[in-house]
Amino acid sequence: MIIGSALGAFVALGFLAILFNGRHWIHSLTYGACAALCVILAGDGLWHMVMGGHEAAPAIVLPIGIPWLKAHFRLDSLSTFFLMAINSPAALASLFGIAYGGHVPEARRVTPLFPLFLFAMNGVLLADDAFVFLVSWEFMSLSSWLLVLSDHTNAEARRAGLVYLVMAVFGTFCLLAAFGLLAGHAGAYGFAAMRTAHLGPWAGGLVVALALLGAGSKAGMVPLHAWLPLAHPAAPSHVSALMSGVMTKVAIYGLIRILFDLRSDVGWGWGFFIMVMGALTAVLGVLYALFQRDLKTLLAYSTVENVGIILIALGLAVAFRDHGAATLSAVALLAALYHVINHSLFKTLLFLGSGAILTATGERRLDRLGGLLNRMPVTGLTFLVGAAAISALPPLNGFVSEWLIFQSLFHAPTIPHWAMRFGVPVVGVAMALAAAFAGTCFVRAFGIVFLGRPRSPEARHAAEVPFVMQAAMAIPAVACLCLGVFPVMATSGIATVVEPLAKVQLPTALLGWPWLSPISPTDGSYSATMLLLTFIGLMLTTVIALRLFGTRRVRPAPAWDCGHQEDIVNAQYSADSFSQPLRRVFGSVVFNAQERVDMPTPGDLRPARFELRMTDPIWDGLYMGILRVVNAIADRVNRLQFLTVRRYLFLMFTTLVVLLLIVAIRQQ
Amino acid sequence: MLTAGFEYHTAHLIGAVVLMMGFTLLYQRRMSAVIRAYSWQATALALAAAWQGFVQHAPHLYATAAIALLFKGVAVPLTLSWLVKRLGIHRTVETALGIGPTMIAGVGLVALSIVLVLPVTSGAGAITRESLAIAMSVVLLGLLMMITRRNAVTQVVGFMALENGLILAAVGAKGMPLVVEISIAFSVLVAMTLFGIFFFRIRERFDTLDLAYLETFRGERQ
Repeated sequence: MIIGSALGAFVALGFLAILFNGRHWIHSLTYGACAALCVILAGDGLWHMVMGGHEAAPAIVLPIGIPWLKAHFRLDSLSTFFLMAINSPAALASLFGIAYGGHVPEARRVTPLFPLFLFAMNGVLLADDAFVFLVSWEFMSLSSWLLVLSDHTNAEARRAGLVYLVMAVFGTFCLLAAFGLLAGHAGAYGFAAMRTAHLGPWAGGLVVALALLGAGSKAGMVPLHAWLPLAHPAAPSHVSALMSGVMTKVAIYGLIRILFDLRSDVGWGWGFFIMVMGALTAVLGVLYALFQRDLKTLLAYSTVENVGIILIALGLAVAFRDHGAATLSAVALLAALYHVINHSLFKTLLFLGSGAILTATGERRLDRLGGLLNRMPVTGLTFLVGAAAISALPPLNGFVSEWLIFQSLFHAPTIPHWAMRFGVPVVGVAMALAAAFAGTCFVRAFGIVFLGRPRSPEARHAAEVPFVMQAAMAIPAVACLCLGVFPVMATSGIATVVEPLAKVQLPTALLGWPWLSPISPTDGSYSATMLLLTFIGLMLTTVIALRLFGTRRVRPAPAWDCGHQEDIVNAQYSADSFSQPLRRVFGSVVFNAQERVDMPTPGDLRPARFELRMTDPIWDGLYMGILRVVNAIADRVNRLQFLTVRRYLFLMFTTLVVLLLIVAIRQQ
Repeated sequence: MLTAGFEYHTAHLIGAVVLMMGFTLLYQRRMSAVIRAYSWQATALALAAAWQGFVQHAPHLYATAAIALLFKGVAVPLTLSWLVKRLGIHRTVETALGIGPTMIAGVGLVALSIVLVLPVTSGAGAITRESLAIAMSVVLLGLLMMITRRNAVTQVVGFMALENGLILAAVGAKGMPLVVEISIAFSVLVAMTLFGIFFFRIRERFDTLDLAYLETFRGERQ
C-alpha cells in the first residue's frame, strides 16, 4: 500500500515537474519529494527485511496492461532487499539534486524525468510477471536515455545516447526472448508459472544465455559494456550516480531473479562461464579505468569492474548450487548481494563527489584539477572514504564483500570438475589483480584531483559546495564505514534474503558477533570491529609514547619541493604520468598504447610534443566489426531498391517457384 | 446421358487447349499474334466454363462462359489491338529470355504444378484434380510471360493470362459461386483500365512504351 502510493507519487511528481517547468522552485521541490519517497521506500524494504523472512510475500494484481494478462506485483524477500539497496542511494542522489539539480545544463529537461526514472526502477523490482517486468525495464531504459540526452547540444552526449539506445534495445530483446522461452507454449507470463515450468536442456541453456546477454548488457558486462562509459558520464552527475550506482543493480536483480528464482537447475558450466566473464569484466573494466583522463568516465569504468566482481560471486553461487553445496552457494550469493549494496553506496558517493567537483570548478578532466583537498575539505574527505572503500581497504565495506567472495572462491576447488579446479585459481588471481588495479586507479584519481597543487585557475578558485550536497556525500561515507565495521549486521540481514533463494539455513557462525566466519571459524574469519579497535589502540599507544618520550623541540627546515624549486604546476605528477608504468606493462598489450616524443632539433623554436595513442580493442574489433558487416549487408540490400519492374516480378516469381518446389519435395 | 469418362476427357481436352494457348503466348514474336493467341485462350476458357456448367448442372457457369467469351475473348483483344495501333507501339515482341529457354522453363513449370497439385488433391474428383493442375500451370506460365517480355503490352497480356488460369481453377471447383467470378472479371477490367491509362501516361511523357526508358528516367540505367 505504502509502496503503491509512493510509486504513484513518483509519476505525479514527474507530471507536476512538467506542469511547472518554468518555475525555479520546482527543481528543489521535485528532488526533495523524491528523496522523501525514496527514504520511505528504502525504509519499507528495510522494515520488511528486519521483520524477517516474509514467507507469504504480499502480491497484488492490477487490472491494467494487456486485458488477458493483467499486471502482477509481488514483494518477496529479494525484492525487499533490492528495494532497500536501490532506494537508499537514490535518496542520496535526490538529496544531492536539491542543491544541484537546478544548476545543471538543461535542468528543465532533467527534473521531470528523474522521478519517472525512479518509478521505472522500482517497477522492475516489484514486477511479478514478464509483461510488467519488461515494460518497466524498457521504461527505465528510455527515461535514462532521455536523461543522457538532456544536454542534447553536446555531440558526445548524442553519440552516447545513440550507442545506449542500440544496446538497450538489444538487451530488452534478449530478455524478451528469454521470458518467451520461460513462458513456453502455454504463454504463462506470470513468474509463478515460470518457476514450475519445465524446460529442456537446450531451452534452459538458451534462457540463461539470453538473460546473461540482456541483463549483462544493462549491467555493463564485458564485451557489452561499450555504452556504459559513454552514457553514464554524459548525464548530470546525480543522474550518473543513479545510473551507475542503482540501474546496474537493477540489472543484477534481473539476472538473480532469472538465475536463482525462476530457474533452479542452471548447470555448473554456466556458473563457470559467468564467473570467467565476471573475471574478464573486472580486470578489463579497471584497466580501462586506470587510463582515463576524465573523472566521470573513470568512475563509469570502475562500475564495469565492480559488476564483474558481482558476476564472479553469482557464477560461483550457480556452480555451487548445481554441485549441491547449498551453504557455499548461499555464501557466494550473500557476498554478491553485499557487494551490490556496497557498490551502490560508494559509487553513488563518488559520482556525487564528481558532481561537487563539477559544481566547484566546472571541470571533469583530471589534468585540470588538483589541490582541492584544502579548498573542499568535506568533499575531499568523503571522496577519500569512497575511494578507499571501492579499493577494498579495511575496515571499509568494500573489503568485507570482496573478502567474502574470495572466501567462497577458495572453496570452489571442492567442485570435482577440471574446469572449476583450474579455472578458479585463475579467476582468483584475476580478481586480486583487479583489486590491486582498483587501488592504483583510485590513488591516482584522488591524488590527482585533491592533492598536489591546482592545475588550472578554476581549481585554484574552487570553493566548498553547499551544505545539502555535503550531507548527501557524508551520509554514504558514514554508511560505508558502518557496513565495513559492523559487517555481521549486514550479513544477518542479507541472510534472510538468501536463505529462501538457496533453500538452506545458514550456519550461525556466519552471523556470529564480532567474528565474521562464512564457512567455519577455523577456515577464515574477519572482524572489522576488532581490527578497528586494535588500530585505534595502537595509534593511541603510539601517540602517547611519542608524547611521553619524544622531543618537543621545533626544528625549522625547508619544505621538500619535490625536486623542482620553481613554481611550475605541470611539473607535478599528471594523470598520464602516474599511470605510465602500468600503461607500459599492460596498456601496450591490451590497448596497443603507443607513446611518441616529437623532439625539435636544436635551434628549432617549436615546442617538443609528447603524444599518447591508445585504441580500444573491443570497440574496434567487436562493435566496429559488427557495424562493418551491417553496412556491407545494407549496401547489398540497398540495390534491391533500384531494380527494374521486370526484376521485381522475377524475384516474386522465383520466390513462388522455390516455395512450391519445397512443398513438392516435402510431399514425396 | 454422357458417360463419366467422356465428361472427364472433354474437360481435360478443353483445359489442355487453354494450357496450349498459354504456351502459344510464349513463342509469339509479333504483337498482333500475342493478342490473337490471348483471344483464343479466353475463348477456350469460355468453352471450358460452359462445359463445366453442363457437366455440373450449374447454369451460372454459362454466365461465366459468356463473360469470358465476350469480354476477354473479344473486347479486351480488340481494345489492345486498338491501343497498339493508336499508340504506334513497336509491333515485334522484345524478349528478355530467348524463346527456346522460355519454353523449356514453361515445361518445367507445368511439371512442377502437376507434381504439386496431384498429391494434394487426392481426395477430390478426377476432373477437379486435372483442371486444378492445368489452371496452376496457366497461372505460372502467365507469370513467366510477365518476367520474360520487355514490352508493357506483353506484360499486360501475361497478367491477363494469369487471370485466365485463376478463372479456370474457379470453374473447375464444384459449387463456386458466381459472385467470385464476376469480381475476378471486374478485377481484370479494372486492371485493363489502369494499364490503359498507364500506357497513355507513359506514351505522353516518354514517347515509348519500352520499360527501359522508364528505368532511365528513374536513374537506374545510364
